[in-house]
Amino acid sequence: MLYNEPSPLEVKILTKRFGLRNSESLDTYLATGGYKAFLKAIEMTPEQIIEEVKVSALRGRGGAGFPTGLKWSFVPRTSPKPKYIIINADESEPGTCKDRLLMENDPHQLIEGILIAGRAVDSHKGYIYIRGEYRYLIEAMDRAIGDAYARGYLGKNIQGTGFDFDLYTHSGAGAYECGEETALLDSIEGKRGVPRLKPPFPAVVGAWQSPTLLNNVETLSAVPAIINDGGAAFAALGPPKNGGTHLVCLSGHINKPGVYELPMGFNLLRMIHEVGGGMRNGKKLKAVVPGGSSCPLLKADECDIPMDYDSLAKVKSMLGSGGTVILDENTCMVKFAQRIMKFYAHESCGWCIPCREGTTWLKKMLDRFHSGAGQKSDIPLLGELSKNMLGRTFCALGDAAAMPTISIVEKFTDDFEAHLNGKPCPYEHASELVMA
Amino acid sequence: MTFSPELEARFAKMLESYPPGRTRSAVVPMLLYAQDEVGHISTELIEEVARRCQVKALQVDEVVGYYSMLHRNPLGRCHVQVCTNISCLILGADELYEHASKKLGIGHKEVTPDGQFSLEEVECMGACSWAPAIQLNYDFHHNVTPEKLDQLLADVRKAQ
Repeated sequence: MLYNEPSPLEVKILTKRFGLRNSESLDTYLATGGYKAFLKAIEMTPEQIIEEVKVSALRGRGGAGFPTGLKWSFVPRTSPKPKYIIINADESEPGTCKDRLLMENDPHQLIEGILIAGRAVDSHKGYIYIRGEYRYLIEAMDRAIGDAYARGYLGKNIQGTGFDFDLYTHSGAGAYECGEETALLDSIEGKRGVPRLKPPFPAVVGAWQSPTLLNNVETLSAVPAIINDGGAAFAALGPPKNGGTHLVCLSGHINKPGVYELPMGFNLLRMIHEVGGGMRNGKKLKAVVPGGSSCPLLKADECDIPMDYDSLAKVKSMLGSGGTVILDENTCMVKFAQRIMKFYAHESCGWCIPCREGTTWLKKMLDRFHSGAGQKSDIPLLGELSKNMLGRTFCALGDAAAMPTISIVEKFTDDFEAHLNGKPCPYEHASELVMA
Repeated sequence: MTFSPELEARFAKMLESYPPGRTRSAVVPMLLYAQDEVGHISTELIEEVARRCQVKALQVDEVVGYYSMLHRNPLGRCHVQVCTNISCLILGADELYEHASKKLGIGHKEVTPDGQFSLEEVECMGACSWAPAIQLNYDFHHNVTPEKLDQLLADVRKAQ
């Protein structure tokens, strides 16, 4: 099922089956070239597969943007221990709603990507960790997995190739932190999801003390196309080192919010105006969250920018997980920062003190600020407190809470000053008008 | 404790899916699926999950406190979850949550006296491009307005 109209500007690689009748079925998948990439990969050596993925310049779509081929090469293939593949379908980064569509509309593309990864790292068992809220997707993936077993695309001696692979789903139960790969490992072992110290990296010591490859749903869904058409063809879709297309989740104050597959490096302003149908109610653009709530925000005058990992890094932000949230001139940035911090304070697992205490204090300060009881000295203090969290925690959640806050305080100081001296939020009236 | 035959079959399959000796891995999904059937997580349920997964009850107990979908107290038969995170917030989720709270006469994590509804303000549920979004139990509803919410709640009342 599709929730928004496609855009003519899309380049459909991962979403090419979206909208076909019964796009989720194995029959549709096979009729449109499905599982051919797996058969091709079986004829290749693991080194050749990994090289192809390296050439494709595919980078992790969960948010970190780490080169996928390189990650695969870290798994010790010759280890006598079993090797596991864990697929991160915990999609919880605020602003992000793409993995959902990939599992719902084309589950076999994901399964095929997993099989190819299995061949590349000599793994024969995989688990799809799906967030608990996505119950219907656990059921959808279970159906697809059942069909794949029934027709010999999973299990023993897949399609007579001698390659075995077992695949299961695993349900989370509500925890943003479990999207962090080492916390996810603790969670799948039946514990509270708290992060682990690295090294050792999961590729060497992961789930159940064994080498583990962790990849996002979108990352693995791109693999069949890379094997079918070659890594170079995928890489050519985007700028150097930022290969392929990615799923952009456009949300917020635009006319046509939705999930669109666009080439890496697509200009953000074009995304807003040509793909997203422009700003709602003719309002002016104020800011953009480029790739999920963890990313430093962009001011309106910073938005004429190609959307890829390296271009965003140059302006000290991130492409993240593709959750692009568009904010108009009536958005109160104090309120926005407050809501982001409420989220991180709730989701901090409490393992590291700078994150646990930092998020809670920042939330209290932002609550006070929005209620009009903030002091001028709080403005630099918000930034200072945030900066003290950076790099001082086991996982990236502390950074994820600090980075957007630092950017909001620095780029939208006016909004904070407008709340000083007991003044009511200047945007409350404006937002009421929009609602009416 | 025994569960429905469907759930017993699911649990049997679940315990087999993990590597040998790693039954602890089933703790989180088993708690969630059991909660769906029996309504909430009681001490008895914790002990049962501990027995099935071959771990100490305390190891199950500490997990319950961590995951936000696991509830010690009974929920309403229809659990209304309103997302107020960023994409929903800027499209009126606070007003939508207030509306739901007024309409149901209950606050965050409270249950109506007849046990029909419970309400929770939740974090991002992955429906950002179709905001504001809510979940009624596991069912997603997108682009929800106060009027649409009224209709959804009325439909639940009629069905139950």
